[in-house]
Formats: sequence, C-alpha cells, structure tokens
Amino acid sequence: MQADDLEISGTKQAVTTARKAGFVACDHCGLVYRPAAGTCTRCGNALHSRAPLSLQRTTAWLLAGLIAYVPANIYPMLLTSTLFEKQESTILGGVVDLVHHGAYGIAFIVFVASVVIPIGKFLAIAYLLLAVGRHRALNAHQRHLMLEVVEFIGRWSMIDVFVVAILSALVQLDTVATINPGIAAVSFALSVVFTMLAAQSFDPRLIWDGNEAGK
Amino acid sequence: MAVSRIALDALFGIQVVASTQLPFVYGTPNGYSSQYCGVIGRSCNAAGWRRLERRDDPPRKDIHGLTASVVETGLVACPKCDLLHKEPAMAENCTLSCVRCGAVLAAPRRDAFTRVLVLALTAMILMIAAVYFPFLDLKVAGLNNHTSVLDAILAFSSGLLLPLSFAVAALIVLIPSIRFAAIAYTLWPLVLRRRPFRYARTVFRLAETLRPWAMAEIFIVGVAVALVKVAGLATISVGPAFWAFCALVIVAALHDNFMCRRTIWKSLEQSRQ
Repeated sequence: MQADDLEISGTKQAVTTARKAGFVACDHCGLVYRPAAGTCTRCGNALHSRAPLSLQRTTAWLLAGLIAYVPANIYPMLLTSTLFEKQESTILGGVVDLVHHGAYGIAFIVFVASVVIPIGKFLAIAYLLLAVGRHRALNAHQRHLMLEVVEFIGRWSMIDVFVVAILSALVQLDTVATINPGIAAVSFALSVVFTMLAAQSFDPRLIWDGNEAGK
Repeated sequence: MAVSRIALDALFGIQVVASTQLPFVYGTPNGYSSQYCGVIGRSCNAAGWRRLERRDDPPRKDIHGLTASVVETGLVACPKCDLLHKEPAMAENCTLSCVRCGAVLAAPRRDAFTRVLVLALTAMILMIAAVYFPFLDLKVAGLNNHTSVLDAILAFSSGLLLPLSFAVAALIVLIPSIRFAAIAYTLWPLVLRRRPFRYARTVFRLAETLRPWAMAEIFIVGVAVALVKVAGLATISVGPAFWAFCALVIVAALHDNFMCRRTIWKSLEQSRQ
C-alpha cells in the first residue's frame, strides 16, 4: 500500500491526488471534474475539493458531544424500584453493580461500550484535528485507520441506550419490580449522535494532504 | 468498513488479494505513463493493463454527451483520500480498492442488483413482522409482561425523555425501512431494464446518507445484553419478532455487502439516456 510497492516498472512514480492534478472529485461517487462545477452531474452531490469548514464543524460537534457526555455520567441512567428499595444507577454505577453480581463479562461489555469507546472517540477525534497538516507520531495511514475505526465503532455506543430501552420495556411488573429510564439516557444518546456527526464531518482527504508520497 | 467487507467476501468465495501484492493503477495527469490493472480478484487479469491516453488527446464525447473537459472520464478519485486512479474495465466479482488508503472504490458482484433488490424487499417484510409480533415475554413469580419492539420504543415516552422515543423509533425501525424502500425504489427499474423512476438519484443518495444511522444490528446486540442482565432474575421467552429481527440483521448485512455504490450510480446514469 505504500508508495514503495508501486515501484514495479522500475521507475518510481509519485502518486497524484485529484487536487494536485487540478481536478475536483465527487466525494460520493468518485467522478472527477475540472474545477468550477457546482454539483456532480451523476449523483447530484455538491462538489468540493475539500469539505468546507470541515475542521471547524468537527470541532463544534466534538465539543457538543463532550458537553452532552457530562450529564450522561452525572445523572442516573436507570431507575430501578422493587418491593423493598428504590435505586438510581449511573453508567459507572451500573458497571459496579454488575461486577458485584459477578457478571464480569457483561460489566466489561457495558464498561467498554459506554466509557472506554466514547472517551476513546473524543481523544481520537481531537488528535486527528490537531494532527492535520503537521508531522505527528502517527503517519497518514495510521490516522486514516483511526478515523475509519472511530466512524465504524461510533454507532455501537448507542447499544447502551437500546439496553435501557429494552430493560425498561421488559421489566414493568407493577409493584414487584420496575425499571425506568433516567435522564442520562437522553444526554448519552445526544453525545453519541454528536460524536458520530463529528467523525462524519471530518474530511479524510485532509489527512492525506501533503502526503502525496504515500507516507 | 473494508475489513468486514473482506470477511464477507471470503465467506462468499470471492477471492480478494491483499492490495499490496498487485501493481495498481494510478493516474499521472500529464503525458504517458505505464499503468497497471487496479483490479484484484479472479477473472480480472484480462481487464487491466491498459495505457493511459495522453491527456491532450482530442476530447471524446462521454456518456453524458458532455465533453471530457467538464468531466474527466476514465478516472476515479478515491472519495476518502482523493488519490486518482485510472478506471479499469471491471469484471464481475472484483474488488477495486484504493492503492493508498485501501478504501473500496468499486465491488461489482454478479446479479448484484437482483440480489440487493430481493434482499431489500425481504428486509422490509421482516421489519413488519419484527414490529408487530410479540418480541419478548418476561415471567417471574406468576407475573407476566409481554414486550414488543413498539414497547421498547415507547419506554422513553414519559416527560423529558420523549424525544428519545422518536430517536429510537427512527434508528431501529424508520431509518432502516426508509433505506430498504429507497434502494428498492432505485433498483426496481434497473433490474427490469427500464428507465429509472423520477428522483431516483435523490432517493439513492438519501439511502446512502442514512446508512450509518440504520442501527438495527446494534439494537439486537443491545437486546442480547439486556437479556443476559435479566436472565438470572426472571424467565424470558423470545417471540417470533425476535427471530424476525435477527433475520433482518443478517439480510441487511448481506444486502450491504452486495451493494456497490459505484455500479449503481453508473447504471442510473446509463439508463437515464
């Protein structure tokens, strides 16, 4: 995949991007245009050499996601009431409960899905924003992979919201036991959505600018 | 993601050679340059090894009737990293990926349109079953609670949580259904070799935009987690809707694997003539 592998014919050739060749490519269907065309004639997508204000948008969504993540951790996610007691549990509290019950596997899944992945996503997107156009520890291939992983895995954080939905629909046994969702479910869902939007508004082509050698 | 695609390709016996092992096509804008076949996989060897025409050759009419001075024909830019590739003649069951970042540029499959159309219609039927049949049944100490997918959506219907009800409804039922319907709408005339329906471009672009927001498979994993959480405390039996939903997830995965965005756009373009 590196440029070195392309040295088949014996003469090393530099790889060329559409921008470097003076073209604008449709980032939806890949069709290549001379500049100054407005929308793609094939798919109707707006043509931009690089997504406009990509970094600003990403930063804005990232901050929104971070802000929404705070109440998601402070307020209760689940309100459990049984005959004897009422209990409110936050995200982390739920994980601790699971560990006390000996359900280590599930505790691990929930912990990864609702703590490790969101925080990892914030860090990864922040790193990608800072690393654009600079020489950083990670090369373009690694950063591209990072963005791809963030985009792929981001949706899976929603799992927590669905667990809460199913639990509160399922456990409705009048006085014996009921589970109801807490307000943190909303802010957690918002946080996931905002981070997904942050990852989507990051134009991966920016990662590769200045890396025409393929490094 | 490319990784899951490769896994599924392996499952269907589509041979995918690691992209580093083969020479690839990449365009240099000026003058002659020797080019290689960018297609990997079987039945592709005859396709490649074309030479780039000189860029200052007289412009040819392309399929739009526009001259190549507006659209650069025969080139494809990687949507992820902007790298220019010379578009090879693609055979079926090949996967064309970007030389640099590995993004899948095109992956035409044999009879893909028919398969995708049928899978989309199947998924729509399964979705109806998944919503209306009983989903889960909880039994504990003589008490009984039936839950459908609708109940799960309505779990958030009290007070401040109401917007989340709409969001969950959209993510697990509405958006997947709209996507399948939109793809069926796009592909139906293509399979029958007729002119595309009106607004087919807009509809298909909508389907592609909605792709990351269709979360049926995440929902089913969420259900599994919830079941394990409750399993120790009560008896749970799963209803037909649960299995319909599981089938839906598998059908949707197959559907996405057979779908090649680039091929669909090309066919839409050609059949508009």
